[in-house]
Amino acid sequence: MRSKRFEKLADRPVNRETFIKPWPEVGLVAMGSPLDPSPSLKIEDGVVVELDGVPRGEFDLIDHFIARHALNLDVAGRAMNTDSREIARMLVDINVPRATILELASGCTPAKLVDVVQQMNVLEMMMGLAKMRARRTPANQAHVTNRKENPALLAADAAEAALRGFAEIETTVGVTRYAPLNALAILVGSQTGRGGVLTQCAVEESTNLRLGFKGLTSYSETLSVYGTEDTFVDGDDTPWSKAFLGAAYASRGVKTRTTSGTGAAALMGHSEGKSMLYLEARCLLVTRGVGSQGTQNGSISCIALPESLPGGVRAVLAENLIATMLGLEVASGNDALASHSEMRKSAKLMLQFIPGTDFVTSGYGAIPRYDNMFGGGNFDVTELDDWYVLQRDMQVDGGIVPVREADVLRVRERAARAIQAVFDGLGFPPITDAEIGAAVTAYNSADMPDRDKVADIEAAQGLLDGPLTAIEIVKPLKEAGFHDVAANILEMQRQRVIGDYLQPSAIFGDHFQVLSALTDPNDYQGPGTGCRVEGDRWSVLQDLPQAWDPRIYLENLGVSRREAWLEEIGPARRGDQPEVVVAVGPAFGVEIGRTIGGLDHRDVLSAILQGVQEEGVPARVVRVCHTSDCAFIGHAGAQLSGSGVAIGVQSKGTTVIHRRDLAPLENLELFPQAPNLDLDTYRQIGCNAARYAIGKPTAPVPVKIDNTARLRLIVQTTLMHLRETQQVERDRVPTEIRVLREEVV
Amino acid sequence: MMGEPVRTPSGRTLDELTIEAVLAGELTAEDFSISGDTLRRQADVAEAAGYRQLAENLRRAAELTRISNQEVLDIYNALRPGRTTYGQLIELADRLENDLDAPLNAAFVREAAEVYLERTIVKP
Repeated sequence: MRSKRFEKLADRPVNRETFIKPWPEVGLVAMGSPLDPSPSLKIEDGVVVELDGVPRGEFDLIDHFIARHALNLDVAGRAMNTDSREIARMLVDINVPRATILELASGCTPAKLVDVVQQMNVLEMMMGLAKMRARRTPANQAHVTNRKENPALLAADAAEAALRGFAEIETTVGVTRYAPLNALAILVGSQTGRGGVLTQCAVEESTNLRLGFKGLTSYSETLSVYGTEDTFVDGDDTPWSKAFLGAAYASRGVKTRTTSGTGAAALMGHSEGKSMLYLEARCLLVTRGVGSQGTQNGSISCIALPESLPGGVRAVLAENLIATMLGLEVASGNDALASHSEMRKSAKLMLQFIPGTDFVTSGYGAIPRYDNMFGGGNFDVTELDDWYVLQRDMQVDGGIVPVREADVLRVRERAARAIQAVFDGLGFPPITDAEIGAAVTAYNSADMPDRDKVADIEAAQGLLDGPLTAIEIVKPLKEAGFHDVAANILEMQRQRVIGDYLQPSAIFGDHFQVLSALTDPNDYQGPGTGCRVEGDRWSVLQDLPQAWDPRIYLENLGVSRREAWLEEIGPARRGDQPEVVVAVGPAFGVEIGRTIGGLDHRDVLSAILQGVQEEGVPARVVRVCHTSDCAFIGHAGAQLSGSGVAIGVQSKGTTVIHRRDLAPLENLELFPQAPNLDLDTYRQIGCNAARYAIGKPTAPVPVKIDNTARLRLIVQTTLMHLRETQQVERDRVPTEIRVLREEVV
Repeated sequence: MMGEPVRTPSGRTLDELTIEAVLAGELTAEDFSISGDTLRRQADVAEAAGYRQLAENLRRAAELTRISNQEVLDIYNALRPGRTTYGQLIELADRLENDLDAPLNAAFVREAAEVYLERTIVKP
């Protein structure tokens, strides 16, 4: 036997996901594996001789590296002897500044850091994250890729992402050999949209490094680190090789961050039975030890693995928090597809979105998922408005700003033309005007013409192997009239000489000012401190293009410029014959001309009167002036009706059939969902009222029920009711109305 | 960053890095490289702000500014697991120390050689 409700539940998107019970021995446990060590640290003569229960003689690569490079031994004794719960409480205590915790955490072993965060629930972790984030101003990073590797589309998409406020843009490739052209396209595009956006092209390390050497990229977050020795070696690196690579990037003025996250070691089969969070804590100590300014963590591409386990999402938040405790810039995940369920995906995002992180996502798909070469991406260009609305709802800065379609089209065209000029200037395969036209308005790369792939790859190889650098693209841009783009690209190269953006959590503001942990340090210490969304920023974040001015809506409601069709002919009398009184609201047909469902008041009244007439009963129209409430309008009409039956009609269309002997808030039939009423329903309402008036048996009028009507139209309802209420004259008696329009009965 | 004006490895100041000079062909990519001195000063700034490991990374980076792209790539590959014998790593460290004026990197490679030997990830 199957419950129909359970069948529905089984079909829900969330049940397309896999949920498993923990299996700690193989690392399938988010936090707290029985094989996780207890925190310990022994130092003899300034040398670490035991780390988290492992004596020096049994150290693996990672233990050795952490022991030598990652720990601040001066404070280690004090840190390790401080009760973990006390440190956890300091994290949520607004009176304890960030610097105090940074110092204490610098002497903590991986197991100690885990022990601290294990004391905290997600709300406490979010508070900790809000305080410990390195940069005061949160930011966001974008993915810009496409299946055809079309340079005009890449440039246009990068320009749009830059205009939307993304502080970093990363691209990658389907075919590795395209990398130099893709890096070039998003460099030119991003600097067209907004000068100072940092860019990278995620490819294999040696190519990546060469792109950085050429100034085609300005950051790199491809430096993966791992929590066990076997995983590290399988990843074809060691902490020393990664540290050297980090120094190599810095030596060419390229910002770097490492990448790691819960679940990677389990996925690669080398968890050693340790929990995902413990192994990630080791990764983070390695990250600190190699001297990376930051990390991209939050499970990243493994996110579905911790999510299959109890407490997995909490563990992912915990790893973000540990990174911040170590003073690292955090690009906090939310980049790889985290759920089939919109509810689950959004709820998980809130853990980073509400506290704010250095980069709320480490890659928001600023392109359709179809074109996202980073495995599809968690969020998509079509979900940008959802993001903007969430920022506006919560007064939270999620790192991006609403834009106007006209501005987007303008920067997309300029960017596509700019990359066309660069390709021309460098003698690369031409970008046609047809490509530019397509790139400006494209939804995805299926809208783009095909290019000569062989020629493009040849040009890309020439760019990589030859002497050309970012400096050589300044000239063609300048000559083609793209002075600002040329200036921005040159400024990116000058900033490389200065190197201020090598400091932790650095991004550029709108005028190439460096915002980093040093120049824009997070000083959150409770209400009134830290990054607060107010002033100009709040004005920008709340200014959605689709938000409209309710004053203008009110101005457009009336029929004042139309020919009058209702005439007031004096105080309404009380009838003494069988009849139906149709009582309309104070604004009906004058200050308001249509119902909320868009029906012209003339047609509505006509339909009602026709219905009454079909039953052979006379009708009279009165205007109720002393109230705007539907029940009271109907009730007032009923007092005047010879039969005692009246129809009350609010101007927004809400209708009631009332009878004299009923209390005001009682009724014979009520039609509260005005948007769902059509003219035939109004006609039937007239019929029914007439039947009540002459005592015929009457079945209620069937109505459509649409429970989203209130959600869609509550603002319009409020405004129409406001307008009607503004016309109320408390002391005025109902007036008799004559309908002037001929076609109305 | 405060203090002395930033100079490129070619000795130019930031004021000289203009678009006019680029268009006139007076500047090359070399003129847009970060110098060892600048990196060392960034390291001092980082260290003063409490970022000791980042400072050490920037000081190693400062030494690498004088080493060619290809050689940097070669050293990176030599440090990857199983690529190099213990002896070759020590030779590399000696060369960094004696020929390339990179003592911090030399010490770093030496340390790696000892740990790699202990963990048997050197090339046999």
